[in-house]
This record gives sequence, C-alpha cells and structure tokens, in this order.
Amino acid sequence: MAATPNVPIHEYQAIIVGAGGAGLWAALELARDGVKSAVLTKLYPTRSHTGAAQGGICAALGNQEEDHWEWHMFDTVKGGDYLVDQDAAEILAKEAIETVIELEHMGLPFNRTADGKIDQRRFGGHTRNYGEGPVRRSCFAADRTGHMILQTLYQQCIKHGVEFYDEYHVVDVVIEDGVTRGVVGYRIADGELHLFRAAAVMFATGGFGRMYRITSNAFSLTGDGCALVYRHGVPLEDMEFFQFHPTGIPELGILLSEAARGEGGYLRNDTGERFMERYAPTLMELAPRDMVSRAMETEIRAGRGIGGKDFVHLDLRHLGKKVIDEKLPDITEFSRVYQGIEPITQLVPVRPTAHYGMGGIPTDLESRVVIDEQNTVLPGMYAAGECACVSVHGANRLGTNSLIDILVFGRRAGRSMATDVRAANGELPEMPAGAAEPVRDELETIRSRQRGESAQHIRLELAAAMMDDCGVFRTGATLESMTHCLRELRARYANVAIDDKGRVFNTDLLETREVGYLLDCAEATVAGALARQESRGAHFREDFPERNDADWLKHTLAYQAEGGPDIRFKPVTITRFQPKPRTY
Amino acid sequence: MQIDLRVLRFNPERDESPHWERYTVDGQPMDRVLDLLHRVKWEGDGSLTFRRSCAHGVCGSDAMLINGRNRLACKIRVDQLGRRISVAPLPGFPVIKDLVVDMEDFFAKYRSVMPFLMASDEPPPDAERLQTQADRERYDDTTKCILCAACTSSCPSFWAQKSYVGPAAIVNAHRFIFDSRDDAGHERLQILADQDGVWRCRTIFNCVDACPRGINITKAILEVSSAAVEDGG
Repeated sequence: MAATPNVPIHEYQAIIVGAGGAGLWAALELARDGVKSAVLTKLYPTRSHTGAAQGGICAALGNQEEDHWEWHMFDTVKGGDYLVDQDAAEILAKEAIETVIELEHMGLPFNRTADGKIDQRRFGGHTRNYGEGPVRRSCFAADRTGHMILQTLYQQCIKHGVEFYDEYHVVDVVIEDGVTRGVVGYRIADGELHLFRAAAVMFATGGFGRMYRITSNAFSLTGDGCALVYRHGVPLEDMEFFQFHPTGIPELGILLSEAARGEGGYLRNDTGERFMERYAPTLMELAPRDMVSRAMETEIRAGRGIGGKDFVHLDLRHLGKKVIDEKLPDITEFSRVYQGIEPITQLVPVRPTAHYGMGGIPTDLESRVVIDEQNTVLPGMYAAGECACVSVHGANRLGTNSLIDILVFGRRAGRSMATDVRAANGELPEMPAGAAEPVRDELETIRSRQRGESAQHIRLELAAAMMDDCGVFRTGATLESMTHCLRELRARYANVAIDDKGRVFNTDLLETREVGYLLDCAEATVAGALARQESRGAHFREDFPERNDADWLKHTLAYQAEGGPDIRFKPVTITRFQPKPRTY
Repeated sequence: MQIDLRVLRFNPERDESPHWERYTVDGQPMDRVLDLLHRVKWEGDGSLTFRRSCAHGVCGSDAMLINGRNRLACKIRVDQLGRRISVAPLPGFPVIKDLVVDMEDFFAKYRSVMPFLMASDEPPPDAERLQTQADRERYDDTTKCILCAACTSSCPSFWAQKSYVGPAAIVNAHRFIFDSRDDAGHERLQILADQDGVWRCRTIFNCVDACPRGINITKAILEVSSAAVEDGG
C-alpha cells in the first residue's frame, strides 16, 4: 500500500448521511439539542428523492371523518401482509399525528378544509373501522407533498443552523472491533477523501430502485448505505419485498401518484372493464399496491392490456377539470410532458413500476442498527427511512406510509443519537490509522485501469434481468437464473474501467461505484426471494402461490458471504392483530 | 432519427477555455435532452459531466442552457427542439466542469432571505394552526420552487450585477411574506429593500419563461416590491 496521504479529519458528535426527510429531521433534533453534528449528502439537500413523493402523508387526524390511530395501525399491519413488527406499527400510527401537526407548525403549506384544518383524502389500503371502507387519512399539499416536506425541513435546518457538507459522496463507513467510528466522504468537487470521526453515524441514504429497469426512483437511488453496511457484516432484512407501484408511465417508470385513484380514478383494461372489481371488490382501485400491480400484470398476461400491449389505462376523465387542476396538477403535467396525453379528456397508459424497498438495514424502535436475530445493537450506527427496515411495512407498504416512516423514525434516530452521545460524555471512538485507505484503493483501481468494460453495461443488464426474473412475479427457476446472472455480472464488475481519469467532479467514477452498490442490494434481494418459499405481500412466488404462516411468518436476514449470502431468520413481533387472510 | 447534439465542454484539469463538441445521437421525438446526454455518457464518452437525479422535473438538478433557453434537461423533449440541439451550462455561474456550475452562491442567497416560517405566537400544542383556503392560495404559486436556478441564471440584471439576490431567492421570500401564519415579513422586506434586492428587477420576464414549474416569478417579485414600498412607508 502506498504511503498514507494526508486525509483531512473532521470531528462531530453525530454524522448523518443523506438529506431526505429522515436525515433532515434527525439533524433538526440534534441541532435543537445542541449536539455538534453535520449532514453529508451526495446531492444538494433539496434534490433528495423525498421531494418526489406526491400524494400525501397519513395520520389519523380525523379532520374529514372519524378516524383512530388503531385503525391506521391495523391497515399498516394488514397491508404489510402481517410481516409488520406491530410494536413499530403502533409507534408509527400514534406518532404520525403529532408529526404531521409539527410539520404544520414548521410551516408546511398543507391544503386546507373549509374550516381551515389540514385537508385529508383517501389512499390505497387506508380504511375506517378495520377494513369497512376507504377513509380520508392522507394529509396533502396538492400532489407535491414530498416536495413541501423536503423544503420545509431544509428551511428549518437553515433556521437552526444545521451544518451541511453538500456534494460529499460517502464511500465507506468505518467500523472496527464492533464499534462505528465514522465515515469516509468523497468531495465530488475535487475528488479528495475526507474522514468524518463521530460517536454516532446515521444512514438515511434512501432506496435502491435503480436495480430495476423500469423504476420511479431517481438515478441517485443506488442503495449506497445498505451496501456499505452489508459489506461490513451487517445483514439486510426482508430484501425480497420490493414494491411495484401500479401507475407508472410505461418505459420511463415516472410515477403517477396513487392520489389519482384516491381522488376517484379508475383502472381499465382493453375492453374498458374496471377489472379491479374482480380482484378487490370492496376497495377496488384503492386496494394495496401489491394487489393492484399483480392484477394489472395478470390482465396484461391474459392479453387484456391495451391493444394487447403491456399497459392498461388510468381513467381520470370523470373527475373533471377542476379536481384535476387543483388536486393533481403535477401528475397530470407528467402525463402531458412525458406521454403527450391530456388526462382531462384522454385515457392515460400506465403499468407497474419498481418503487420502494420494504427491506433494508435492520433497526430497533429507536432507529439503532441491529445485526442479528436477538436485535443486538451495533454501537454508534443508526438508520432510518427507506434504507432501513424497522419494520413498519412488512411485506408491502401502504401509500403515504413511507413519508410518515421517514419522519417518525428519522426523529427517533435524532433523539437516540442525542441521548447516546450524551451518555458517552462527548468522547469519540478512535479513528484507526489508514481508515480511508481501503476505499481509496478501490477507487484508484477503477480510475487507473486502462482497459475494461463500462459499468453502465453491467447496470443495464442487471436492471433488465431483475425486472424479468425478480419482479412482480417470481419462481424458483427465474431466481436461480438471476443468481447465475448476478455471479457473472459481479465477475465482470471486477474489471470495469472508466473514461474519466480526472479528479474534478468525476461522475464516471461515482456512477461506477454506485453500480457495485446495486449489485450488493440485488444479491441480497434475490437470495431472500429464493429462500422464501411462499407468497406474501409484494413477494409473489408462482411456484408457492399461497401465504404460509406456519413456516414463513418471519423476517429474513441476508449476510454477505463468499459464494452468496447466508440467510437467517428473525421472528415477527405480533401484539394486537393476529394474522388473518388478506382480502379487500 | 439522428440528432446533431452540440455540448459546450470544459475540463478544468485539461482545458484553458470551454469548447463545443459535436455528437450525432440516435433519438426519438419523445426523448428528453437528458436521455441524449446519457446516451453520449454511457455509450460514447463517460467523461461528459452533468448533474441529474430524479429525471422528471422535480429535483432541480439538471437545469442548463438548451437551444438558448434555460431548461431542465429531463423536461424538454426532442420534438420541442428539433434535430439540432445545443447544450451549455447555466449562464452567470462559474463553471466547474462541462455542464456543472458552482451553486454555492445561489444557495447562500436563498438562505439570506430567511426562507423559513417565523411565527411570533405559539401554535396550539396538539393541533394545527388554522388557515383559510384563500390564505393558503395566496402563496401557492411560490411554494412550487425547486431551486433549480433556471430563473436567476436567465436574469440580465443578475448577469450585470452578481450581487443581486436574484429571482429564486425573492420567490422564496414571497412564499413566506404572503403566508398568513408568518410574522417576519418586515425583516425579509428590509433584507430585500437593500440595493441588491428587489429593485434590481427590470421586469424582463426571462425568469418566467425559464421557470420549469410555471411560477409567475415576475408577478411574485412585483408583489414583494409593492409590499416593500408599503413596509417602508
């Protein structure tokens, strides 16, 4: 190894990686508490993907009709096909209420009811009185709720003087002797590595939907946080559950929010039939996303896609111009811009798009990272948001529950970091000499290789194969095929080269690094999917089409190992609601 | 069809000044400029450098000068531009590399206008503040801003005087000044009544044309100017 070049070391009590909803709320908690902390993001904070969330954030405020947090908790558990840890779901549903109220106090411009309260609308899988019918629970700011949450939290961070390192790409986490010690950041502007020594490190790095060809996810959602801890021996939990959102724009994957159906939109097949009548007679288009996506794919497979093609129609025409313009302005603009379709008068082609990973880095209720079946805490490591799995979404997340998850558990992460660093009396763990060297070697190996394949070819093959073999439907055979594919792609990835050999703003290098993260996330996903011989929520095995509570009411934990991941199991926490068949 | 794509490139580690490079790219009418840039980067020259993230017009990463106007590369299509397309970095900002500009000053100006709610009264502990639908509507337009910088970068007043706070910062001040829950309008108006504040706007309307979110920016600036006059009077 070359002599250790000078690497600047920054010292903080707490470091947060990622500046979406979870990271920003955690940062706010720390700042209000006077804990010296900083947020690192590979983007600018306002570019985070929280900003793309559209439809709303659920909380049982009861502003429009009777509602109770117990109903919200029940819907979350049932929506997750009973794989949800119910102690976590109870926290989610209870704290959702105070969280939304606090967002309003922070200035979030919610739409208002006639009497000036926060307006609420229907959303998939959210019901009154334990499944009787849809309920108005989703609080919203037009169809840019996520944008307003991201803006509001960033504004509050400015107000409270939160320190940001913008466009610092975290490329490694330093864990030694079972203790988290900090992270290695790569300053994109000049390619320099920086060490951040901290007593508490939180990953709020978002999802990994870019492992699929058709996805609603930003290009930046490459599973960085999940992959980095996975490489350091932390398992990834329930990765086989990946949500396909029913209404994506064909090919592009851009999302048309569930709010379109919440406001009353229909799905129609080639014969014009509202086919959800046959799949979910009570909730129809507002059944949970896994069921709607499967119904759409089933229609398409049966030749009832539009013109026999691989999409169906979203029908908003009966809603009228006023509702569409006032409540769905952004998504109708997406149709106009990206499809050339006018939703006020025309049917909108849609198909399922890879949207959200229910699994991720396992955490306890205080957002501390845990590493085994006994929930043993990894000291100094925290996670919240899509990269984490607490698990409130189980086998399938309900619409709007991602926004409330990131905020409730982001806030909890901030508070537990504040508590824990205070208990340590401000002492920071030792940063080992040469902590940045392993990742420097990895980056320099890629940068200096003269000839080799572009990682983008590997990414495209990965994403296409995952779509076909580990998508809405899977079988043992397709997953075996995907396992072989991943092995081959990994071998090729070991020899990739880049065109850009420079230091300044080298996105060629960073995108190549991100492909490696996606391979890790895909590996854990496929291993979990192959192990789980049942169908539950978003994981549908055609060779095991039934849910099997006797054998599979348990979480998977995928550990990275030579020759493929080791799969272990963790029990599900069940408190109020015993598993029942899931009908809507 | 074949697109004649010209990109203004600059690598500070190699070039003394920016230069145009030409690429012939296969494209479809519904392709976005971002698709063309990705095609060059992934299939031709990996060193082509630009920011992007969400790729559907909500994150604000990929504003650039496209056929002479500031646009989001992910939101402008080939059929809106024709077969000859030129792409350059946002005007008025220092170029870091190729299409990437230095955004630090832009965000510092955003932060300078106190872009956060300042309410003097304590909110009710367990409930939201009330706001009428009309009061909520009053500032709706300016909540749409994604801080892409397309407006500020299109503004001749900003080009002429870089210390001008610029349209984007004023839009975000407007969002709070006209929010019925906020009580710091006076402080913001004092900041904006400065010589580098709202008076530098010459109502040229470039910002309105540039905004990918359709915000009526000049109207918002004029409303802030009027409020500043009243506030000072």
